[in-house]
Amino acid sequence: MVEQLVKRYGGLAATDGLDISVETGEIHAVIGPNGAGKTTLINQLSGEIRPDAGRIVFDGQDITQTPAYRRSLLGMSRSYQITSVLLDFTALQNVAMAVQARAGHSFAFWTPAATDRSLIDPAREALAQVGLADRADTLAANLAHGEQRQLELAVALASRPKLLLLDEPMAGMGHAEAEGIVALLASLKGRYSMLLVEHDMDAVFALADRITVLVYGRPIACGAPDEIRSNPDVRDAYLGDQDAAA
Amino acid sequence: MVEQFRSPRLWFAASFIALLALVPVIAALIGQPYYVTLFTRITVFGLAAVGLNLIVGFGGLVSFGHALYIGIGAYAVGILTYHGVTNGFAHLGAALAVGAVSAMLIGLVCLRASGIAFIMITLAFAQMFYFLAVSLRQYGGDDGLTISTRSDFGALTLDNPAVLYCTSLALLALTLYGFHRAVHSRFGMVLRGCKSNERRMIALGFPTLRYKLLAYVVSALVCVIAGVLLGNLTRYASPAYMQWIVSGDLIVMIVFGGMSTLLGPVVGSAAIVILEELLTGMRLGLPFGLDGAINAHWMALLGVLIILVVRMLKQGLYGSIAGRRRKPA
Repeated sequence: MVEQLVKRYGGLAATDGLDISVETGEIHAVIGPNGAGKTTLINQLSGEIRPDAGRIVFDGQDITQTPAYRRSLLGMSRSYQITSVLLDFTALQNVAMAVQARAGHSFAFWTPAATDRSLIDPAREALAQVGLADRADTLAANLAHGEQRQLELAVALASRPKLLLLDEPMAGMGHAEAEGIVALLASLKGRYSMLLVEHDMDAVFALADRITVLVYGRPIACGAPDEIRSNPDVRDAYLGDQDAAA
Repeated sequence: MVEQFRSPRLWFAASFIALLALVPVIAALIGQPYYVTLFTRITVFGLAAVGLNLIVGFGGLVSFGHALYIGIGAYAVGILTYHGVTNGFAHLGAALAVGAVSAMLIGLVCLRASGIAFIMITLAFAQMFYFLAVSLRQYGGDDGLTISTRSDFGALTLDNPAVLYCTSLALLALTLYGFHRAVHSRFGMVLRGCKSNERRMIALGFPTLRYKLLAYVVSALVCVIAGVLLGNLTRYASPAYMQWIVSGDLIVMIVFGGMSTLLGPVVGSAAIVILEELLTGMRLGLPFGLDGAINAHWMALLGVLIILVVRMLKQGLYGSIAGRRRKPA
């Protein structure tokens, strides 16, 4: 899906000749130390930043030059590392916006959106899926941090994506909350393809079909969880460091 | 529909408009026809402020150049009348056409920027049009252009102050209702979403520029209509209408009345115009020549009042009342 992707910031190559693919229905995790270029990768996939070289192919279509909003409509949906929701909208309205984005253009000026069943019903469904059904009418700003992360997932799901780009969905969550997200992602496995960037190794090894280890924008290993766990390079570059730090 | 009419805010808005509709009757009863003119000013500037507030309050786009569109409206009446075209529909049509094209082009440039840059670029465009108007020697240059006869709308004789007032009020009411529908529609939700978190909206799959552009153009066209009315009210088209001070006044009205509500700008316009009237003409018989001092330095006093309202009522005059009455969710 991604070939020879390069993104440079001055002399620093944040993405350095990266090849990576996500197969249909697969959870492909990307791990790596801080500054390895994981978020930069997601931002290039979602279209928020343009690569300097390389190609991105999605669903057989070259989307390297496609603007961000259109990639989203093609079926790519992302969550942000730092929660990014519409804070002065309710949880339900946040999700309804995602449904609305898929429902064709929004040049409709007369009918109230708040009572539109074709928006509200799927939105409630997505909220229920992540376990936020009883918080539907709470302003997103008043949700707890963990709930905002759940909301972000609900928003991504409501877009009915083919590919979910998840940038540290468990960031800043308590243990119990993180387990809830892992269970949720596991239940979605097979229905959506996912590219998962995550620091929580338990979650990564529990969920991923394949893992790519990124160091300084370059993949040093790619394979099934067991292979990665036993790969000596990976232990040196990353996992070993973490054990030492812990 | 039924749901909406249970809302206290809508009832308040309807009674507010109904009350305004009584102004000509009251003015006639107490023998002060001047009040009709005063309230026409309120509705005309209220209309412009409501138009501007569509993008300020709901789109988070603070345009500091909307006086430009008032100017386009007034000059369309002035220039066409100067050339002997008195048909009101021609005035309105020309004003809207010029306004739409200008707003589309200006909007496309301005909306590429955001925040302070957006404010500055809108201001720059308004100043460009201001100096363009000043340079139009044939049409009065910086003295402006006297409009010899009011727009001819057939049976709608705008020469009658009460008719002009009721026309302005009806247009204001129509705009308010239209905007009420629009801000709750899918389009309005997209606009408000852009104010809240535009990056998110793009990631969701909304091409935000085209929605913001449409809101900008609609907001400009409402100001154009206000300009046509203003030209007919004052029988004058002046570059002063396009000055940045007028853009600033509109923003003050919006903030004063409350920008998170539709009706707020109208309340703000009423408050500012009436305060201006009171402070400049006040004859309270205060000692030590205080009356004269206030009359001469009314702007300073108005400034203090604005600071007080903004400091004490964060949501503005109407916004605070409306916000308090809303039941907690």
